[in-house]
Amino acid sequence: MYGFEALTFNIHGGYLEAIVRGHRAGLLTTADYNNLCQCENLDDIKMHLSATKYGSYLQNEPSPLHTTTIVEKCTLKLVDDYKHMLCQATEPMSTFLEYIRYGHMIDNVVLIVTGTLHERDVQELIEKCHPLGMFDSIATLAVAQNMRELYRLVLVDTPLAPYFSECLTSEDLDDMNIEIMRNTLYKAYLEDFYKFCQKLGGATAEIMSDLLAFEADRRAVNITINSIGTELTREDRKKLYSNFGLLYPYGHEELAICEDIDQVRGVMEKYPPYQAIFSKMSYGESQMLDKAFYEEEVRRLCLAFEQQFHYGVFFAYMRLREQEIRNLMWISECVAQNQKSRIHDSVVYMF
Amino acid sequence: MDDFLDKLPQMDLMRSEKMTLVQLIIPVESAHRCVTYLGELGLLQFRDLNADKSPFQRTFANQVKRCGEMSRKLRFFKDQIDKAGLRCSPRHELEPDIELGDLERQLADHEHEVLEMNSNSEKLRQTYNELLEFKIVLQKANGFLASSNAHATGDETELHEGTYSNNGFIETSSLLEQEMRPEPLNQSGLRFISGIINKDKLLRFERMLFRATRGNMLFNQTPSDEEIMDPSTSEMVEKIVFVVFFSGEQARTKILKICEAFSANCYPVPEDTTKQRQLTREVLSRLSDLEATLHAGTRHRNDALNAVGYRLTKWITTVRREKAVYDTLNMLNFDVTKKCLVGEGWCPTFAKTQIHEVLQRATFDSNSQVGVIFHVMQAVESPPTYFRTNKLTNAFQEIIDAYGVARYQEANPAVYSVVTYPFLFAVMFGDWGHGLCLLLGALYLLARERKLSSQKLGSFMEMLFGGRYVIFLMALFSIYCGLIYNEFFSVPFHIFGGSAYKCRDTTCSDAYTVGLVKYRDPYPFGVDPSWRGSRSELPYLNSLKMKMSILLGIAQMNLGLILSFFNARFFGSSLDIRYQFIPQMIFLNSLFGYLSLLIIIKWCTGSQADLYHVMIYMFLSPTEELGENELFWGQRPLQILLLLMAFIAVPWMLFPKPFALRKIHMERFQGRTYGVLGTSEVDLDVEPDSARGGHQEEEFNFSEIFVHQLIHSIEFVLGSVSNTASYLRLWALSLAHSELSTVFYEKVLLLAWGYENILIRLIGLVVFAFATAFILLMMETLSAFLHALRLHWVEFMGKFFHGDGYKFKPFSFALISDDDE
Repeated sequence: MYGFEALTFNIHGGYLEAIVRGHRAGLLTTADYNNLCQCENLDDIKMHLSATKYGSYLQNEPSPLHTTTIVEKCTLKLVDDYKHMLCQATEPMSTFLEYIRYGHMIDNVVLIVTGTLHERDVQELIEKCHPLGMFDSIATLAVAQNMRELYRLVLVDTPLAPYFSECLTSEDLDDMNIEIMRNTLYKAYLEDFYKFCQKLGGATAEIMSDLLAFEADRRAVNITINSIGTELTREDRKKLYSNFGLLYPYGHEELAICEDIDQVRGVMEKYPPYQAIFSKMSYGESQMLDKAFYEEEVRRLCLAFEQQFHYGVFFAYMRLREQEIRNLMWISECVAQNQKSRIHDSVVYMF
Repeated sequence: MDDFLDKLPQMDLMRSEKMTLVQLIIPVESAHRCVTYLGELGLLQFRDLNADKSPFQRTFANQVKRCGEMSRKLRFFKDQIDKAGLRCSPRHELEPDIELGDLERQLADHEHEVLEMNSNSEKLRQTYNELLEFKIVLQKANGFLASSNAHATGDETELHEGTYSNNGFIETSSLLEQEMRPEPLNQSGLRFISGIINKDKLLRFERMLFRATRGNMLFNQTPSDEEIMDPSTSEMVEKIVFVVFFSGEQARTKILKICEAFSANCYPVPEDTTKQRQLTREVLSRLSDLEATLHAGTRHRNDALNAVGYRLTKWITTVRREKAVYDTLNMLNFDVTKKCLVGEGWCPTFAKTQIHEVLQRATFDSNSQVGVIFHVMQAVESPPTYFRTNKLTNAFQEIIDAYGVARYQEANPAVYSVVTYPFLFAVMFGDWGHGLCLLLGALYLLARERKLSSQKLGSFMEMLFGGRYVIFLMALFSIYCGLIYNEFFSVPFHIFGGSAYKCRDTTCSDAYTVGLVKYRDPYPFGVDPSWRGSRSELPYLNSLKMKMSILLGIAQMNLGLILSFFNARFFGSSLDIRYQFIPQMIFLNSLFGYLSLLIIIKWCTGSQADLYHVMIYMFLSPTEELGENELFWGQRPLQILLLLMAFIAVPWMLFPKPFALRKIHMERFQGRTYGVLGTSEVDLDVEPDSARGGHQEEEFNFSEIFVHQLIHSIEFVLGSVSNTASYLRLWALSLAHSELSTVFYEKVLLLAWGYENILIRLIGLVVFAFATAFILLMMETLSAFLHALRLHWVEFMGKFFHGDGYKFKPFSFALISDDDE
């Protein structure tokens, strides 16, 4: 693939690209969301969704629906789509698709470990895990007492193993450590994914580097905001930033010394792409930041579909679907709790 | 001329049914019954008057939801019945039609019952499984424990050579440690956990245990002999019994956690043999108790499911119908008074009385005070196309519809296709032997029509079955054409008397080199069998088939043009007749109609004239003398005349029509500076979504129309050449077919028959049979079918068919019960 994707891409990737574009066409549109927002109860939502691609997944659900069921079934569809694509994919696309799940794997590992720390039931925790991030021995995570054990017992068999090299300590697990572990893992994962995409070259590298850079920068901002007022030192904080992206390296230097949200804002406003996000918010406000970031992400993900012959569409599709499920969850919650006025707070429209 | 045309029959067959837009105003109390009756009748297509509303905002959204819920329950029952492996034939007894509310209640009761029984039996099943596993563990673990007891007495070497000897690395490492600290282990530390685990998890389980205890454990395993049912999937799975020996409390918690993580069930096995026996006895007795209970539970459940199963199909249809009724009701609008539902729809004009009767019956049956108002409305948009078909014509109509649904009341090519389609197929597939095979197949499908139509077929069979009458007619026509070609698996037959030719002398040695002599009247029907294998066979057949193809093609294209004339007349567009039909007719027939005439004259007179030469020099040098190629007196002036006519026809079909259209448009809007205003009284009448509303004045765009006409004319002029050439595929395919069958017959069957060896003959026969069946009967049929399809779609229908209509889809129960969800 070095600029000649148009010649060879369709040999292996053509079918799947067609599939993924077909899936994209099935994403809910603004009109759908407008209709969904008018629903009176969850059954109405089910009825509306039955006309979409989710129809067959929801039709066998007994009537008093719960938000969790809707989300679960919608996620199931995403997982089915993903598995279908994965088993059709050949190298290197299959590796690319595998990379997409690693993020969920990290989240699941952290979820289980935190849960065990707080003495929750393992089965209950496993039910809460994202099905995309499941791996064989995930339940065994509960056995581990510290990171070294965690690595040696379980994670050495998983694709996450290489990412652990940076956070192998014999310290006991506690909330802080786990959070640091999550971010270190994520950093390693993003860097690895970024490197992989660069290796693939061509349009994939171009588009994915943009998407991943955005992801890395968003994480950097989030880490900064979340670590304000904790005992995390500046050096440690800086270690958690991924070593690429628009903010790397000078932005990271500045973010590392931020002490409050307005300083973060000051740093970010130096970067034109993020200026727009921050200019929407009033000073001192950070609640709307998530939504603003999501909107920006969706915008970028949609752009990935404008170009052909690259793998970015798969990443974009999976992300868009996840956003859609988040939207559905929010709408369902609002409808179920009679808070319809708040629906628009968190729904991110796509098309 | 007009008199003659007016006296022609109405051609009802060719036109789709006359449709009427009707409005129904139904009182709310009888609405449901009305729609139900209309669904049974199935002759009214409702228009969706609430297209802008989303499904859950419509009036009867609740009922639709209830139906959805009920069909979910029914699917659940069906699933349960399938899982239980029950087979309930629906009892055809006269049960009264059940009310929807009752049905809902009944379904809820049944579902509740089944769910409860399921959860009960699941619980039982779980205990049963646990006991069963316990039993297996007890039995299997015994073996290990017996030796572990032996180990307790301290005989390590025996142990080493005995039970554990096949346990590689783990065993030696643990033994090493045991050797290091032999004494305290036996008394204080060496414990074990026994349990059972799915076979596919075993390896990972063992590895995990090894890692977690850093190798300080001993893992023993043995397959359980029985398969155990997995309650979640109700599949039988293979399980493995394991016993882990380890030491230390920490290891114990770790191992237990791992067991839990791998969903391995652990069961305590007492070390004492007497206790073990006692426990085993207990477990066994409880097992047999449980088994009886489970059995009874299953029987009870099956009874309950059976009771549902008998009525399941009926219920499913009822619910489906109800849902369809409510979906239809959702398409209706409420009146201003909210007491009536207003519906609009299309119905065939002939069905108006029927619908009226049905509506009256519904009013009567629902004891409504007010009758349904049913009246005809003016329609602006084009009505749907509805052809009444029967078993035979349906397949042909489908073939035409695959190209495009005919415009409302447009001439329907399917009528002619019933004959022309199989005929053109047969011209390409002329072999009465193959035709007979095809006929047998078609007859089989026809004979089992009733049986096959009731059952579900595969997609391929379904296609064959749907086209059974097409295949039947194709077979008949190919037998006919085969008789004309005198082909029977490429073997000539003397069916209609003797050949007209004989050999020059008795030895017949020069028959294939010099030729034969004709000694009596021509062979009465079809090709003389003596042509087969002769030197002039190919030139003769090629010339015959080529000319025949052209004649057939010109005839069919002319038919297409004539149909365009009837279309134009029917829709009252004299413009199309004058500036399109007439020049097209002239152009096609002055060139290729003339060619056909020449062919016929040549056949009748037996002239030696070269038709290529005539046709080519008609263009190149029309004034030159024809010489020996002259077929009749006055041919040269006629050719010049025809050529001139053809040249005139081209601008004739290109220029006048767009200008005439512009003139008409100018006249209509002369002096008007403003657009048309809708008269106010009309506007008041129009309901927002009605079909009567929305008069949009089309913008007249001259250049667009001119370009369109230009394209159309160029297409016709070029098309008449290329379409005529396209009909030569009839000749090409027929040639290919006969040559292929000759090859298979002569080079396979006759070659094999030349040997004395029975085996070679048999092989030859088999190869011949397979080649005939797969290549000639299946592939050639398919290719001839597709070429006939193309000739109809492009060459024939292209001349007159617009195909931009939409199908009449009446609201009918008969149609909805077919489609499975």
